[in-house]
Amino acid sequence: MTETRPAGTTVAVVVFPGSNCEHDAVQALSSLGARAELVWHTERSLAGFDAVVVPGGFAHGDYLRAGAIARFSPVMNAISEAASLSVPVLGICNGFQVLTEAHLLPGALQRNAGGRFLCEVVECEVVSTSSVLTSGASAGQRLRLPLNHFEGNYTCSESTLLALESGGQIALRYVANPNGSMGAIAAVANEAGNVVGLMPHPERACSILTGSVDGQVLLTSFLRAAADRTCTGAAVPTATFTGS
Amino acid sequence: MKFAAVVEVRALDGIADPEAATVERALPLLGLDSVSEMRMGRIFRFVVEAVDATVAQITAEDLSHRLLANPVIQRADVSVSPLDVSR
Repeated sequence: MTETRPAGTTVAVVVFPGSNCEHDAVQALSSLGARAELVWHTERSLAGFDAVVVPGGFAHGDYLRAGAIARFSPVMNAISEAASLSVPVLGICNGFQVLTEAHLLPGALQRNAGGRFLCEVVECEVVSTSSVLTSGASAGQRLRLPLNHFEGNYTCSESTLLALESGGQIALRYVANPNGSMGAIAAVANEAGNVVGLMPHPERACSILTGSVDGQVLLTSFLRAAADRTCTGAAVPTATFTGS
Repeated sequence: MKFAAVVEVRALDGIADPEAATVERALPLLGLDSVSEMRMGRIFRFVVEAVDATVAQITAEDLSHRLLANPVIQRADVSVSPLDVSR
């Protein structure tokens, strides 16, 4: 790669056939000072990006299972490599489902308890601040964030749940669990804390016009983590950041 | 040789199956009170070309566990049989 990294934090917003929240993500990230670019799912390299967002929608029509086909899109190898190199990776809603199917996050998302599609604003509480999504928030802080999903019921084995709790990997919990998620988990991180998935939509809570700005603290944390990683010399030599 | 594979994918025991529960709730409307423990799933049918049934079974199981089912919430029952070419 010979291209010059633009000023500011550059975020890849990955687009699959059927994604539908990518422009919301770009808008929100841009409003927070980042440079966000759409990246088509057939792209094999994420060289030059400081962070990756997998947005919501219905990747590949959610056929088979939500995220099941997207997992095999060419860009996923590059996302996996980025994750292993400590690049902040965020999956929102369908993006969360994609990251669990790709085994970048533990567990799975099954249909909501009660069998209802949820489209409402809910309160979430910050649990661990050791993830890139919550590092700028305070434990116990309550955030009003919109939900928009049918399959957001976070599920994992009991042993995984214990590991998530003891390892500080639960980033957000629902105050009033709306979908039956184990442990009322709304957002979960990998062990390193640089890969996070959540069902609520922080990108739709970044303007008073949409009813809440509580998503800003999360996306600001995410962007700061990306900027810090780049500034501390941890930047990935772009030649190796190409996936396979 | 060609083998016909059948894979049945359904929710693991203990995992909620709201579609099946909804179907089951409709049964009293049919006057059926002797039916319970309804579970719904999907059946995949495909053809595997392999040297023998063991290799065909391994291939079908690999496909099932890597793509057709998510082992965190689903189970996959896989069976293969020689394809009846006369049909």
